Amino acid sequence: MSLTNRSKVVAKKELTLMESLYLPAIFKGMAITLSHLFKRKATIKYPEQTREIAPVYRGQHVLKRDEAGAERCTACGLCAVACPAEAITMEAAERNKGEESLYREEKYAKIYEINMLRCIFCGLCEEACPKEAIFLTDRIVPSSFTRGEEVFGKSILVEDVNERVDVTKRQTPDVLSFKQDKKHAHNQTFQDRLKQ
Amino acid sequence: MDQIIIYKIILCVIVFAVTLGAAAYMTWGERKLASWLQDRVGPNRAGPFGLLQPIADGLKMLFKEEMIPTHSNKWLFILGPSFFMLTACMTGAVIPWGAGFTIDGTYFPMQIADINIGLLYLLGVISIGVYGIMIGGWSSNNKFALLGALRASSQMISYEVAMGLALIALVMLTGTLNLGEIVAQQDADYAYIVYQPLGFLIFLICAFAETNRAPFDLPESESELVGGFHTEYSSMKLGFFLFAEYINMFISSAVMASLYFGGYNFPFQHELGLEGNLLSAIQTAVFLGKILIFIFIFMWVRWTLPRFRYDQLMNLGWKVLLPLAIFNIFITGLVMYFTGKL
Ligand code: SF4
Ligand code: SF4
Repeated sequence: MSLTNRSKVVAKKELTLMESLYLPAIFKGMAITLSHLFKRKATIKYPEQTREIAPVYRGQHVLKRDEAGAERCTACGLCAVACPAEAITMEAAERNKGEESLYREEKYAKIYEINMLRCIFCGLCEEACPKEAIFLTDRIVPSSFTRGEEVFGKSILVEDVNERVDVTKRQTPDVLSFKQDKKHAHNQTFQDRLKQ
Repeated sequence: MDQIIIYKIILCVIVFAVTLGAAAYMTWGERKLASWLQDRVGPNRAGPFGLLQPIADGLKMLFKEEMIPTHSNKWLFILGPSFFMLTACMTGAVIPWGAGFTIDGTYFPMQIADINIGLLYLLGVISIGVYGIMIGGWSSNNKFALLGALRASSQMISYEVAMGLALIALVMLTGTLNLGEIVAQQDADYAYIVYQPLGFLIFLICAFAETNRAPFDLPESESELVGGFHTEYSSMKLGFFLFAEYINMFISSAVMASLYFGGYNFPFQHELGLEGNLLSAIQTAVFLGKILIFIFIFMWVRWTLPRFRYDQLMNLGWKVLLPLAIFNIFITGLVMYFTGKL
């Protein structure tokens, strides 16, 4: 029985005279390598050229603000629970009076850290987030000299009010409706499940 | 007389500089060619097209920490690479690099030593070359280095036999051991590859083995012996070993070009209507071009063929090349007898 139907029966037969001369095979091999001399090079000369990336590329995360500029994250911790690499930690705090323009919900993340060395860029945090707060973007995580620098805090993750990060490619109407579709278990709240 | 001595010294310096420069840029060429054959671009950061790479590499080698293993024999350890380098550079002396120039009625040959046993000298120096590897590998006091050195010596000795016998057939034709004369003969006649195709093939294979190049790079064989005979070497001593390999390659290319491909002669050179020094200059350029082609073949083969197994190597040397070389001598003798050349 074979799984792939690609296995070949190997026969250990005597070489013919032509084969045992080796020279034809050598010339064949040399022709092959010579033909590669003129082939297109596969190299991308990185700092000058960059690789073309897919529109849904999963790179460095961003914590979004809403239209008014308030942080959307409510420190529910669902992303941290969803994260298979346990890369996310956060500390919640209550919103004080007068901070409504800073934080959208009554509870917000005082500290929010993603360890980029642990992260496997699976995007599950983005999928888990009920507040449309975290997204993976097409930005490449920069390298650093120490491990500590690779733990990104809110100063790096939260987008700038004046410099919004475009995530429309990942937040298409299809994705949005999918997220709202109650047919899928992961979109059901506890009450939804009780009703069924 | 003084004039000729000064000229010889200058020629020595030039040949030395050209050999070293060529070897340095062969490292660059090798890396470029290797990457092209593997669909990569190769070194391209140091200077335009990475042309400063050999200089950067050389500097790196010079400034690296120099380590001599405690249990090694220090003098032999230093002698090894020095010796290997010395013999590599010595071979350039008998190669006729061109037809020579005439300035103010004085003739300046383009050959450092026009000795009448040039070919023997060449073979002799090449066989001394293995001592460098042997001494270096043995004095390292390291299993891998010793294995590499053992392989190197047995490989070089076995292939020298076939190489010498391939040359005997050639010498039967030329009637002389003088390299200058052998090249000059090919001006009047065809290049000797026409008469000695089999001899050339044997010589080529042996040249690969003698220079320790793939597919015969068993002394080094980094995948099984760490670094072979130069496992324990660091800094410029390692550089010498690596560098001498390229010099050897350059010289063997020069030897093959002069023995079998007419040296500095090229077809229809006398029909061009050029005379004297100009023709000489072109001939030297053509010679360098031929060397370049051989160097290309050396590298091309290296990046195509996998390494031999050790028993295969010995089988090829003793059971295939040696009988073939003797057969070649026999055939050459027969043909010479029947065409009345003998
Ligand atoms: S992308 Fe995946 S691994 Fe990275 S933080 Fe989000 S859930 Fe965790
Ligand atoms: S990013 Fe989203 S899932 Fe994570 S804590 Fe904030 S609101 Fe919850």
